[in-house]
Amino acid sequence: MNGLQAVFLLAALVSLFSAAMVVSARRMMHAALWLVLTLMGVAVIFVTLQSSFFAVVQILVYVGAIAILIIFSVMLTRRVMEDHGDQILPGWRGAALVVVLLFAVLVGFLALWQGFTALLVELPPEADNLLELGKALVSPQGYVLPFELASVLLVAALIGAITIAVDRKEERGG
Amino acid sequence: MIPLAWYLVFSAALFCIGLFGALARKNAVAILMGIELMLNAVNVNLIAFWHYHAQVRSAPYVHGLAFTTMVFVVAAAEVAVGLALIISAYRRRQTPVVDELTLLKG
Amino acid sequence: MDFLRDPIGFVIQWYVGWLAGLGLPAVWVDVIAKLTGALVLATGAMLFVVFLIWYERKLIGRIQDRFGPNRVGPWGLLQPVADMLKIFTKEYITPIGADKFAYNLAPILAVAAVLLLWSVLPLSMTVVGTDLNVGLLFLIAVGGLGEMSYILAGWGSNNKYALLGAFRLVAQLISYEVPLVLSALVPVMLAGTLSVTGIVEAQEGVWFIVVAPAAALIFFIASIAEIGRSPFDLIEAESELVAGYNIEYSGLKFGMFFVAEFLHAFTVSLIFATVFLGGWRGPGAEEIPILGFVYLMLKTFVVYFVTILFRGTLPRFRIDQMMNLNWKVLTPLSLALIMAMAIAGGLTRDLPIFWQVMAFVLVNLLLLALTDQIMKIARRKKAKVNLAIGTGQPILTSSTKHGTGE
Repeated sequence: MNGLQAVFLLAALVSLFSAAMVVSARRMMHAALWLVLTLMGVAVIFVTLQSSFFAVVQILVYVGAIAILIIFSVMLTRRVMEDHGDQILPGWRGAALVVVLLFAVLVGFLALWQGFTALLVELPPEADNLLELGKALVSPQGYVLPFELASVLLVAALIGAITIAVDRKEERGG
Repeated sequence: MIPLAWYLVFSAALFCIGLFGALARKNAVAILMGIELMLNAVNVNLIAFWHYHAQVRSAPYVHGLAFTTMVFVVAAAEVAVGLALIISAYRRRQTPVVDELTLLKG
Repeated sequence: MDFLRDPIGFVIQWYVGWLAGLGLPAVWVDVIAKLTGALVLATGAMLFVVFLIWYERKLIGRIQDRFGPNRVGPWGLLQPVADMLKIFTKEYITPIGADKFAYNLAPILAVAAVLLLWSVLPLSMTVVGTDLNVGLLFLIAVGGLGEMSYILAGWGSNNKYALLGAFRLVAQLISYEVPLVLSALVPVMLAGTLSVTGIVEAQEGVWFIVVAPAAALIFFIASIAEIGRSPFDLIEAESELVAGYNIEYSGLKFGMFFVAEFLHAFTVSLIFATVFLGGWRGPGAEEIPILGFVYLMLKTFVVYFVTILFRGTLPRFRIDQMMNLNWKVLTPLSLALIMAMAIAGGLTRDLPIFWQVMAFVLVNLLLLALTDQIMKIARRKKAKVNLAIGTGQPILTSSTKHGTGE
C-alpha cells in the first residue's frame, strides 16, 4: 500500500463514517456539521483522482454555500432548542433493507464489468486541463446547450427560491 | 495507483447511505442532506470514470468533467429551491417534519 | 553571492539537499521539506501578527490624536507581547450547555483557514508553497472554511447573541463572496490562468490595477467586507449584538480569533497586492529574488495601510445599506465588467498591447462613471420619497420632538 492509497482509504473511511452520522444523528445541527466533514472527505477523494478543480469547487460550492444554507435552514426551522423524539420514520427497517439490497446489486453488477479491477495510474499533468473544459462547455460541438440550460435553471431556481421564501406581510395574519 | 473498484464501491456506499437518509429521516432538511450525499456519490463516480477514460484513451478528455459541472449546478439549484420550500412550509405549518405536512390528506 | 541574492531559496535548496543526503527516499524528502516549510511559514505568520497589532494600534492612535501603545519596550513595540502573555494566563471558561467539540474546534479552524491562504501565494520568484493550477479559486474556497468556523463558534457557545452575530457575519461573508469571485475573474481572464503564480507572471508589463481599476476597486471593497473590518464591522455592533460570534470565548481561544482576524486582514492585503499590484514584480526582482519579497511586503503594507485608514475614518454601514451596496451595486457592476472586458478584449485582439490596455481602462472608467450616475439618480429619487413622507405626517414629527424635549 502506497501513500496515495492510504490517503484514499483514510478519506473514504472518514466520509463514510460521517455520512452514516449524517443520517443517524439526532440533532439536526450535528447532522449538518457531519455533512460538512463528508463533503470535505469527498473533496480529498477528488484530489486523489487528480481533479484539483473539482476538489476546490466542491469546497467552494458545497462547504461554502450549500452546507451553510442547510445550517441556516436547520436554525430557521427548529421548533425548540433541542430536537426531541425519534428522528427516524417507523418504516426505517424497510428502507435499510432496500438500501442494503441496492448496494449489493450495484457492487455485484459493477464486479461483472471487466474494467472493475483496472488500476488508475497517474495522468499526465495536461489531463486536468481547465482550458479544454471551459471550451467544451461553450462550444457548439460540445456542451453549449446543456450549459445554457443549466444557467437558465440556476436563475429560475434562484428567483423561485426568493419568491417562495419571501415573507409577505399580508399573509402573516392568516 | 488506486484500483477503480475502490472508488466505485465507495461511491455506491455513499449513495446508499444518502438514499437511506432520504427514505428514513423525518426532518425535511435531513432528507435534503441525504439527497446531497447521493449527488456527491454521483460526482465521485463521474470523476472516477473520467480518470479511467482519460487513461484508457491517453488523451485529454473532458466529457466527465462537463457532466460533473452540470451536477454541481443542479445540486445548487435543487438545494436553493428545496430549502426555500421547507422554510415556506415551516412558516405555514410550524413544522419541518414531513409526516406532519398533511394538508392534502383531506 | 548566491546566498545574498536569494537567501530564502538558497536555504530551501540547502535543506532539501541535506535531506536527500541523509539517504531518505525522494517522496519522504518532499513530504518532510513541505511540512517544514508549512511549519516555518505558519509560525512566521503567527509571530508576524504581533507586529501587525502594534502597527495597527499605533496608526489608529495617530488618527485619533493619541499616542497608541508607548509603555512596553521602545515605541511600545513589546505591548502586543505583554498582551499575549496576559492572554496566556487567563482562565478558559466553557459556557454551560456549550457544544464542546464545536466550541473548541472553531478557533483552530479560524486560524487554519487563514494560514491555508498562504500556501498558494508566491512570496518571491523562487519561494512559493505550491503552485496550484486552481490557486485563485482555492483562495476563495478556503474562505468558506472561515465561515464554518464562525458558525461553529456561534452555535457552540450556546448563546443567542453569539448565534445572531455569527449569522449576521456569515450572511455578510456569503453575500460579499459573490462580487469577490466575479471581480477576481477579471485578472483570471487577463492572465488566462487560475494559477496565482501565472497571474503574477502575466503582470510583467503592466499591473492589473492599471488595466482593470474597476475590478480592483470591487475586489478591494469586497475583501474588506470579507475580513469584517470597518466600515463593514457590523458584527461588532456592541449596542445590537454585544460583540459578535466570539463573546463566550476567553483566554487563548479568544486570542486565536483575534490573531485570525488580524492575520486575515493582512493576508487579504497580500492577496490584493499579488493579484492586482504585480506581486513580487519590480525592478531587478528577477535577478535578485530577495528584492521581490521586499517589493511584495512594501505593496502589501501600502494596501494594509489603506484598510487601516478606512477603519480609522469611515463610519459603520447599516445592515440594509451594506446589503444594498452588495446586491444592487457591486454584483451587477462586476457582472457587467466581466462582459465588457471580454467584449473589449475580443474586439482589440489584433491591436498592439498599448491599445488593448487603453480599451480595457476606458471600459472600466466608463462603467464606474455609469454606476456613479445611476447611484446618484437613485439617491435623488429616494430623497424625494423621504421628503414626501416627512411632509405628509407632520403630527408624528412634532410629537416626537415634544417627547424628546421632555
